Amino acid sequence: MAVKVVDRSPLNFWEKTYMPQVLGGLKITLDNMLRPKVTLQYPEERPTIPDNYRGVPTLVRDPNGREKCVSCQLCEFVCPPKAIRITPGDIDDSDENAHVEKRPKDFEINMLRCIYCGMCQEVCPEEAIFLQDIYSVSGYSREELVYHKAKLYELGGTLPDQHYKWDRKKEAEEKVAAGGHH
Amino acid sequence: MDSLLLDIVIKVIFALLFVAVIMSLAAYSVLGERKVASWIQGRVGPNRTALPGISAIPVLGPQLVKLGIWQPLADGVKFLFKEDPLPGHVNKLYYCLAPCIALVPALTTMVVLPVGQYMDGDVVKPIILANVDIGILFILAFGSLGVYGIVIGGWAANSKYPYFGGIRSSAQMISYELAMGMSILPVLIWANGPNSGLAGLSLFNIVESQQGMWLGVWMPIPAFIFLVSLYAETNRLPFDMPESETELVGGFHTEYGSFKFGLFFVGEYAHMVIGSAVFTILFLGGWNFLPDFGIESLHWLSDPWALMPNWLGGPLSVIYFIGKTLFFVFLFMWVRWTLPRFRYDQVMTLGWKYLVPGALICVVAYAIIIGLWDIAFAIDQTPAIVE
Ligand code: SF4
Ligand code: SF4
Repeated sequence: MAVKVVDRSPLNFWEKTYMPQVLGGLKITLDNMLRPKVTLQYPEERPTIPDNYRGVPTLVRDPNGREKCVSCQLCEFVCPPKAIRITPGDIDDSDENAHVEKRPKDFEINMLRCIYCGMCQEVCPEEAIFLQDIYSVSGYSREELVYHKAKLYELGGTLPDQHYKWDRKKEAEEKVAAGGHH
Repeated sequence: MDSLLLDIVIKVIFALLFVAVIMSLAAYSVLGERKVASWIQGRVGPNRTALPGISAIPVLGPQLVKLGIWQPLADGVKFLFKEDPLPGHVNKLYYCLAPCIALVPALTTMVVLPVGQYMDGDVVKPIILANVDIGILFILAFGSLGVYGIVIGGWAANSKYPYFGGIRSSAQMISYELAMGMSILPVLIWANGPNSGLAGLSLFNIVESQQGMWLGVWMPIPAFIFLVSLYAETNRLPFDMPESETELVGGFHTEYGSFKFGLFFVGEYAHMVIGSAVFTILFLGGWNFLPDFGIESLHWLSDPWALMPNWLGGPLSVIYFIGKTLFFVFLFMWVRWTLPRFRYDQVMTLGWKYLVPGALICVVAYAIIIGLWDIAFAIDQTPAIVE
């Protein structure tokens, strides 16, 4: 192994007085003082949020306005801190989305418990729950920070859909009913 | 009788003006401290406090807000309206007395502090509250009384860390007082030399004697020793032993809150401002514009204020003096955010083993130099003392 001999010569006179180091330090701080500041003036300036950011979990609709969650409750089970509570509900036969069969009656996420891990997004078979770019959560009481279904849909908005799987399933069933083959 | 009354009224007005200026300088150096700290750390510092009305003025208003001009106001009001706790375990009388004792000496010393000059006929006179001829002694004596605020505060708080802080503070004060006193002896020797007549220890005389050359330039070592002792006397980093947050939580003001703490705080900064002013007077030529190297034809360079009418020259000399002082206030802050704190034993070693002997050597050396200088150049002008 190569041996590196560290120079440990005794301090010379000037070094013993500390003055060169003190002056050097003053120069460093002066340079720092004149450098542009890195502060982000928060409420006026906002940070740029990267695409893969994990913000507040939200529920989304597909472009037809159908709520995508089918209340399978997988996210409720996977959520490590148990922040999600779902009350499943049926969809009325009269509803135009009756073929989807189920939707949550209520969907609560407790933002004080949520750890923004993104497990719910990962586990969801319907691509119905997404952690988007909302990062600033505040409220005056604990109850206020339990977000209910309406709020979650409001925050989530609509995201593009590649599959329309329920609509295609319905089409296929209708074809079968009409006597065709698949 | 009438003129006596007028005299008193003018004096009182002047005194109030002095207090106002020094106090606002102290308040604004708190702001300066926060600003300088943030700049050095790459931050922006206080830039939110707005005063309704004034801040609505376009361009100027927001700019002032950005500079944090209104912050000291908000701080002061906050200190005033906060609950003022009186812990059960303290010695009530001394607990309340200590913050006052910390502030009062700083404000007292300013009585003998000349801040500028004006012309009375042909004679240059200082702008000063009381031109006593033991000015520098007065300042040294009262300046070091400030430590009693810390010691009494630490003792009255009746808990360990403040007490440690108080003890450290008194030890430190004694050690550095010596070096400080000795480091200004060369200045006094010079100021009282035959070059400038015999005018005692008055600070005005010291400033006048520096028209040829600022003493800090050819007495760098006494100036340096004085500056270091000044840092120690005002409890500023790297010598803030009594406070040292990392070891003593906050030292003497751990048990204080609201307005009493505010008094300590302002007292510290007032000491700083006064200390900087004294340094400027002793070593940086006070309000002298630039050194004139003793050349008669260049005299306007050191004293342009005398050539101006009083209403212009007087205020300008004061402003120039305050400018120089503020530079040293800035230096205080700059050093604070650069250097780490000394260990307690290092503080003592530095004081007793280096600064005191250094100052002693300087006294002897400069006494000899000035003596030779006088014999060589100025002996014929020497008044009574040599004859
Ligand atoms: S959000 Fe997804 S995982 Fe959660 S209940 Fe709805 S469909 Fe299931
Ligand atoms: S992000 Fe994680 S913690 Fe938050 S709701 Fe989803 S699974 Fe639960």
